[in-house]
Amino acid sequence: MIDIKDVSKWYGSFQVLTDCSTSIQKGDVVVVCGPSGSGKSTLIKTVNALEPFQKGDIIVDGISVADPKTDLPKLRARVGMVFQHFELFPHLTVTENLTLAQIKVLNRPKDEALKRGLKMLDRVGLMVHKDKFPGQLSGGQQQRVAIARALSMDPIVMLFDEPTSALDPEMVGEVLDVMVLLAKEGMTMMVVTHEMGFARKVSHRVIFMDAGKIVEDCSKDEFFGDPDARSVRAKDFLSKILQH
Amino acid sequence: MTWDWQVFCKDTTSGDAVQGCFGRGGDVTYLNWIFSAWGWTLSVALLSLIVAMLVGSLMGILRTAPNKWLVLLGNAWTELFRNIPLLVQIFLWYHVIPSIFLVLRGVPSFVLVVFALGFFTSARISEQVKAGIQSLPKGQRYAGLAMGLTLPQTYRYVLLPMAFRIVIPPLTSESMNIVKNSSVAFAVSIAELTMFAMQAGEETSRNVEIYLAVTLLYFISAFAINRVMHVVEDRVRVPGMIGGK
Amino acid sequence: MNLDFSFLSWGIIQSFIIKGLVFSVQLTLFAMVGGIIIGTLLALMRLSNRPLLVMPAAAYVNTMRSIPLVMVILWFFLLIPLLTGKPLGAEVSAMITFTLFEAAYYSEIMRAGIQSVAKGQVYAGYAVGMTYAQTMQLIVLPQAFRNMLPVLLTQTVILFQDTSLVYAIGAYDLLKGFEIAGKNFNRPVETYLVAAVVYFIICFSLSMLVRRLQARIAIVR
Repeated sequence: MIDIKDVSKWYGSFQVLTDCSTSIQKGDVVVVCGPSGSGKSTLIKTVNALEPFQKGDIIVDGISVADPKTDLPKLRARVGMVFQHFELFPHLTVTENLTLAQIKVLNRPKDEALKRGLKMLDRVGLMVHKDKFPGQLSGGQQQRVAIARALSMDPIVMLFDEPTSALDPEMVGEVLDVMVLLAKEGMTMMVVTHEMGFARKVSHRVIFMDAGKIVEDCSKDEFFGDPDARSVRAKDFLSKILQH
Repeated sequence: MTWDWQVFCKDTTSGDAVQGCFGRGGDVTYLNWIFSAWGWTLSVALLSLIVAMLVGSLMGILRTAPNKWLVLLGNAWTELFRNIPLLVQIFLWYHVIPSIFLVLRGVPSFVLVVFALGFFTSARISEQVKAGIQSLPKGQRYAGLAMGLTLPQTYRYVLLPMAFRIVIPPLTSESMNIVKNSSVAFAVSIAELTMFAMQAGEETSRNVEIYLAVTLLYFISAFAINRVMHVVEDRVRVPGMIGGK
Repeated sequence: MNLDFSFLSWGIIQSFIIKGLVFSVQLTLFAMVGGIIIGTLLALMRLSNRPLLVMPAAAYVNTMRSIPLVMVILWFFLLIPLLTGKPLGAEVSAMITFTLFEAAYYSEIMRAGIQSVAKGQVYAGYAVGMTYAQTMQLIVLPQAFRNMLPVLLTQTVILFQDTSLVYAIGAYDLLKGFEIAGKNFNRPVETYLVAAVVYFIICFSLSMLVRRLQARIAIVR
């Protein structure tokens, strides 16, 4: 589904990603973790070409991201993304947030877009807020709407960039519950997160990044079950994170 | 000091007071004249504002585009029209431009003034629109693109609606500025309020009364604009945003 | 289109233009210094919480900011001789007018600057026994001034541009110098072009300097 091949990225002369390679199959739930500055947010943003990269290529469902001829908006319409700061469009109601891209990008007729959007909204349990503005919702509610917004586009894969990092602790749970549900339904997911509980529960694989490189890329059981076989950096990270 | 408010009822050619203070049948009192001048001031201001908003918004958007040539164009435009005094710009449009662009030779000075004031103000508006767009969280652009919107669509549906709401307060003061700046049109004999003040003052020698009336009209215009922008700001406010309901 | 700049010899520049440039610069500097001093006083009055001080200051600032500069110039040109009983040259009238006019704008800038200094600074001053005047003079105003320096300088560049409006009362400034040179040699197109270029170079350079200053201050903080 997603093939990341030897991707390297520079900001000016500073290299932020070095020869990153990995593969995500349909139905996989992959967690990407690592210390701050390791490049994990940058990596996930290269998958749907929000961040350009200078070397390597990424193939999403057979389409090359680096190819200048690729219709990027069309590709992005099939890849769902959820952001750390929710990024709902504040001047539109919840319903309008859900239907905007369906109408403008997928050219769906208004009532079909409405039906689909509200179905997703119901799935995340927020139907009662459909006419509110994002500013009137709590952080956890906004993030769940953001997930519904991405799902309304019927994506083939969902990318999550630290979806719970900006939430107050008591709201993290409601968002993770939605994500667990998605995973159990077989959605292909790539999740950048610090939430190791989520990783243990639902992921299939864990990718650990450090200083722009993919250092570990193994099954969940190996990552958590066999820490001594892991690299020094990964062990270090695990010991700090798992204190909680 | 003696006051003579009757001066407004005087006919401008004969100098005699007219019953009811408004002239009839082609004769014009100073009261007619001041209102006509007010009309000119407001027309110049309004049309210049439209030009300034259209051009200034475009330049502000260009300055936030990912293409460095567009940014350069926007910056060059802004710097050019910001660093030359308005009066000099008006003289350029009046004396220089028609010599260079012969097509503009026969154009009335009113139009030239609208261009001059419009372009001058557009530099300031471009600054505010740019600041408005840049004050939006970076993620908004990403979120729009991530959903498959093209960059122009992202500007149209995501960035600009919010940027314009943020920009309304500075835009209010720009609108008030443009009414004040329209006074510079006196230099090329546009029949607006300041020109009226100078000419009528000279003719009647009742400078104080004339100046007071003109000043009052400028006050009223500024106040009216302030109120209109306030209503606009209220109408477009988004609940939940800072200053929202 | 026939542009002939040859008439602009150094002699011409000296006799017509330098005189105007000198006046424009003098006017700008005088109004800047005077305006900032009076503006700071006005700002302090508005922040003093005493209605007797706040209201006149606020009324003054709001009035000056609501009227076109040309009208203010005309007003002062009319009133000052009436009040002093003596006739007044356009140049002196301009000096007074611009100082009092710009004071309103400088006062808004200084008001923001004073408010940007953390309240704790004032408490710290009082805590060691300083009076209001001392606290303002030694602690608050220096910081406020430093914080707002780029904005004050930008306002000065605007002031320099505004001086061209003395055209309304016929004072001999830089623009007038160019205009007269143009009329004498019947070359209005060339002179206005050169005038625009000169103003642009002066204002653009000053703005660039201010920007560099702003970057410097930002790092130090």
